[in-house]
Amino acid sequence: MFSIDLLSNALVAGLLLGGFYAAVALGLSIVFGQLDIVNIAHPAFVILGSYVVYMTNTALGWDPVLAGVLFTPLFFALGVAVYRIYYAGFERTGRESLAGLAFFFGIMFILEVVIILIYGVDYRLVEAAYIGQTLRIGIIDLPYRMLVPFITAMAMTGGIAFYLSRTFTGRAILAVSQDRLALELMGANPIRIKSLAFGIGLATAAVAGALLIIIGPVEPSFGRLYIGRVFAIVILGGMGSIKGTLLAALLIGVSESFVQTFVGPSWADAVAFSVLLLTLVVRPQGLYGRL
Amino acid sequence: MRIAPFWPLAAATFVIGVAATFYFNEYYFVAGYLVLQGLIMATAWNILGGFTGYVNFGSAGFFAMGAYTSVVLYTAINPPLFVVIPAAAVVCGLLGLGAGYLTLRLRGVYFAIATLAMAIVLETLMVNWEYVGGAIGAFIITEDVPFFASYNAYLFVLMLALAIGSVALARYLNFSRIGRGLAAIRDDEVAAECAGVPTLRLKLISTTVMGAMMGVAGALYPYFVTFVEPVSAFSLIVAVNAIAMPMIGGTSTWVGPVIGALLLGSVQEWTKVNISSELNLLIVGVLLVGFVALAPQGIVGLAQKFAAWTREQREKRRGDDSATA
Repeated sequence: MFSIDLLSNALVAGLLLGGFYAAVALGLSIVFGQLDIVNIAHPAFVILGSYVVYMTNTALGWDPVLAGVLFTPLFFALGVAVYRIYYAGFERTGRESLAGLAFFFGIMFILEVVIILIYGVDYRLVEAAYIGQTLRIGIIDLPYRMLVPFITAMAMTGGIAFYLSRTFTGRAILAVSQDRLALELMGANPIRIKSLAFGIGLATAAVAGALLIIIGPVEPSFGRLYIGRVFAIVILGGMGSIKGTLLAALLIGVSESFVQTFVGPSWADAVAFSVLLLTLVVRPQGLYGRL
Repeated sequence: MRIAPFWPLAAATFVIGVAATFYFNEYYFVAGYLVLQGLIMATAWNILGGFTGYVNFGSAGFFAMGAYTSVVLYTAINPPLFVVIPAAAVVCGLLGLGAGYLTLRLRGVYFAIATLAMAIVLETLMVNWEYVGGAIGAFIITEDVPFFASYNAYLFVLMLALAIGSVALARYLNFSRIGRGLAAIRDDEVAAECAGVPTLRLKLISTTVMGAMMGVAGALYPYFVTFVEPVSAFSLIVAVNAIAMPMIGGTSTWVGPVIGALLLGSVQEWTKVNISSELNLLIVGVLLVGFVALAPQGIVGLAQKFAAWTREQREKRRGDDSATA
């Protein structure tokens, strides 16, 4: 029962899962980690991404990954709009702690209910040629429904990391969280930079949603399971460090995969919370902490 | 000594509530029970959220743990309700204390995230726990009670008493020394700490009271629906209502959640019957976002603003009159 076969497959499955988690947490890592905006509706936007991809896949036969990428401009615009409302209503007046949280909680709830009203509570899935196929290397199974999300997630994470560290606006996003006044003195408008960053954060949700529905069927309340997970990843990763986020995502993916294989599938959801609680108690600044 | 009008009003409400059970039909107690359940949850949420400024997203977790305490006790020894209710209060109070102790020393947002995730983990635990029915759920068989017209009428009266008790406790906390300490934490925690307010102890008191009160609200739920399973016990709508009701009513005083709960609760019961239950959820969400964004002080705040405005108008008119005379 405790064979090398099982162990190595659990490890690989965990890494693939973790890579996908990085894609889900990436947007939150920017929004919560860099901008300090507690967007608890992020997983709900990921589910929205899954449903728009589902819609184009069933109606027009688009490839899910392609659809996810094509929807990023729309999600970017949505993100800019949400941030503008948040800024005008909460950030400017200094009410972000209580009212801002309630605002995102309300948005999460509205998104879920609207999806239920349109599509009902049934599970939905997408079709593509590679879903259901498996690549076998030696004793290791690599199902394409996990491999494709993993590769896409890595590409997106790499792209975002590159953008943040090498371009002017990317660095401005990192700067806005560190010293707002200094950024203003450099001639950048912090509100514009923050809108841009929030937009990018939500744009990643469109792709993450596509990956989510490739991995398995999705139903409207699915996002709730991801709240603990993504916040655990972002906090463990050290609030906004892309490298940290990736590492934390892989760590949680592997732990979940082991728990799933050796303890039982229904316990896997509790892993992220335990990690979250442990992080908060033992090392609140995360792996790559800046506090 | 002058008695605050609160007490005669509370007593009158209770007497009218008991009397009403003999005149109205069953539907009103079912609806009334749900409104009161929301009222207790909202009042409890507001002790931490409104008075102290810390957001609890896991209200459904506390509520469901209250319900599951009942299920465990029922399966084990089936004790009378006056044992079940305090037991649920103790279990959920300790849960609140634990969650608070682990996360309240950090920034408030961590507490909010931790409570949200905690509700999900507790749900996982209950799904995996065969003794309380697991994912399938557990049945509760209720027995007839003397004096009351029906079991639901009996539960309604119990809930009414618990709701009045909760509001009285919140009102006491609001005006007491503790309440002033909590308000100081809400307005500026660092300043409060410097001024000698024992912030951590007060925060822990307020999370414990909140947890216990939510547990009490959940304790009767298994007897009310007679069948408990994790998905409905941990339903997100419980958590949303617990936040929306105080936000709509106004969070700064004990009155806000009461007004919000009575109003939003009644609207929900009405739309559920007359329109649809999905749309009912949408209405709650939209009202929550709308009030938070446009009327941050809730209905209480709007009323205060309106009162100030009319007073100003009256004074202006008096000023005009004296000028013309």
